[in-house]
Amino acid sequence: MKYMLMMHTPREGWATAGIGTWPPEDIKAHIGFMMQFNKELKESGELVGAEGLAGPEAARIVRAGANGVPEVTDGPFAEAKEFLAGYWIVDVDSTRRAHEIAARASAAPGKGGVPLNMPIEVREVMSAPSVDL
Amino acid sequence: MTNPSPDAAPEHLLRDLAPQVLGAVIRRFGDFSAAEDAVQEALLAAAMQWPSEGVPDNPRGWLIQVAARRMIDHIRSELARRRRDAEAVIKDPPELQILPAPDSGVPAEREDTLILLFMCCHPALTRSSAIALTLRAVGGLTTAEIAHAFLVPEPTMAQRISRAKERIKASGEPFRLPSDQERTERLGSVLHVLYLIFNEGYTSSSGRDLQRADLANEAIRLTRALHHVLPGEAEVTGLLALMLLTDARRDARTGADGELVPLTEQDRLRWDRHAIEEGVALISDALPRGAVGPYQLQAAIAALHDEATRAEDTDWPQILALYGLLKRMSDNPMVALNHAIAAAMVHGPRTGLQLLEALDTDKRLAGHYRLDSVRAHLLEMAGDHQAAIEKYQRAAGRTASIPERNYLNTKAARLSAERRS
Repeated sequence: MKYMLMMHTPREGWATAGIGTWPPEDIKAHIGFMMQFNKELKESGELVGAEGLAGPEAARIVRAGANGVPEVTDGPFAEAKEFLAGYWIVDVDSTRRAHEIAARASAAPGKGGVPLNMPIEVREVMSAPSVDL
Repeated sequence: MTNPSPDAAPEHLLRDLAPQVLGAVIRRFGDFSAAEDAVQEALLAAAMQWPSEGVPDNPRGWLIQVAARRMIDHIRSELARRRRDAEAVIKDPPELQILPAPDSGVPAEREDTLILLFMCCHPALTRSSAIALTLRAVGGLTTAEIAHAFLVPEPTMAQRISRAKERIKASGEPFRLPSDQERTERLGSVLHVLYLIFNEGYTSSSGRDLQRADLANEAIRLTRALHHVLPGEAEVTGLLALMLLTDARRDARTGADGELVPLTEQDRLRWDRHAIEEGVALISDALPRGAVGPYQLQAAIAALHDEATRAEDTDWPQILALYGLLKRMSDNPMVALNHAIAAAMVHGPRTGLQLLEALDTDKRLAGHYRLDSVRAHLLEMAGDHQAAIEKYQRAAGRTASIPERNYLNTKAARLSAERRS
């Protein structure tokens, strides 16, 4: 079963208390943790893909306008409480395993090495239908 | 060298030879893990060379020789690495030339396939790694093919396989058949892994990636090989029959736009008659022999479906009796769900719905879309369309399959439209 693990980060305080404002050694510890975490998932043969996303400041919303022309706007990030910071796709034997992986990601070290315990949204990736209808 | 005949499929030849070659190399050198890598390289070399240069007169010997050279290279580099305690690595340096007589040791070859299956489906492995290792070591598939079939990156699959081999090494499993006491349980693991490979291929054949359907063929091929080695094992025969009888319906299972077509609405002329005949013959042969197990019962049920020319000709009382037996044999809520459907077909939807109530408290089914979708069908049968619509919609929200979600949403939408008109 494949799951997408989405790492949500609070919108509020992103600029004032986000990772960019931590002491360098904390940033280093956080990045080191993520690299090690991805390495472990690769080695366990469970990693399908993982990406970190650029900050929300540069994000744009696109809708099709008249004749399908892209209409690009900035919003509505101001109202959003959280934004997607990155994701993993893992291929695991059970939902429980997906939850274990998510919990480990959630506990990534933050400022002062304190676990962030950030919310990780776990969603099953759509797959083939079961044998019988 | 002989010229390849147009109908000779080198790919199938390679896959059939893979476990025999691996068995021979392990018997000579030990070290399952390194031998498996060496055989994989030999298979890749053959896949490159044989199409242009022709299949050698003794393909098995050719593969063993190439794999043995790789093993010797591997051992040499190991020796160089551990020069000081070389004696721990190997006692007798192997000679460079290994030329087994053609078709030598046929019983050993069969036994090797069996030993390899037992190893690759070792209970210490996770399901996904047992599946991957079986496909590579016994099925002769490349890592790239397996990765493609499971839609994961090749390095991930390579890692999964190498971890599986490490685990087997750590388990200390010797290269021989398990003891009589262990045998039944271990055979159960092998059959389960083959069943999972089949399911992966069968269920995804409606998906965008037709190549995944090869997994169903691959599972049938491996189960056929196992049946060939153990013709007296009724559950092996049962599993092979179940696969053939289910796979016979594969093409009819999806419509023109890839949508799911339920059993009752399938065009039965599209079912594969040859597969059905073979499956029916196998299960008819296995059932009277005594030890009836779950695979045989499921095959018998599949045979009853396949033998009905029209959906309304289905022998539901017989199917209900078989699900009754199956339910007593295995504590599986999915079996209980199918039993409820069969009961509804025989005694009416209310009986089926009553049976479903007992499943509401089963934690294993909590929130599972199948309970909702079966209940929706039975409510529809009972004429309670409003309740059926709600259950169809709830099931659609819970399934992890897009074709299934489309099917369930369409069912709900049709009933809603009927109510309005």
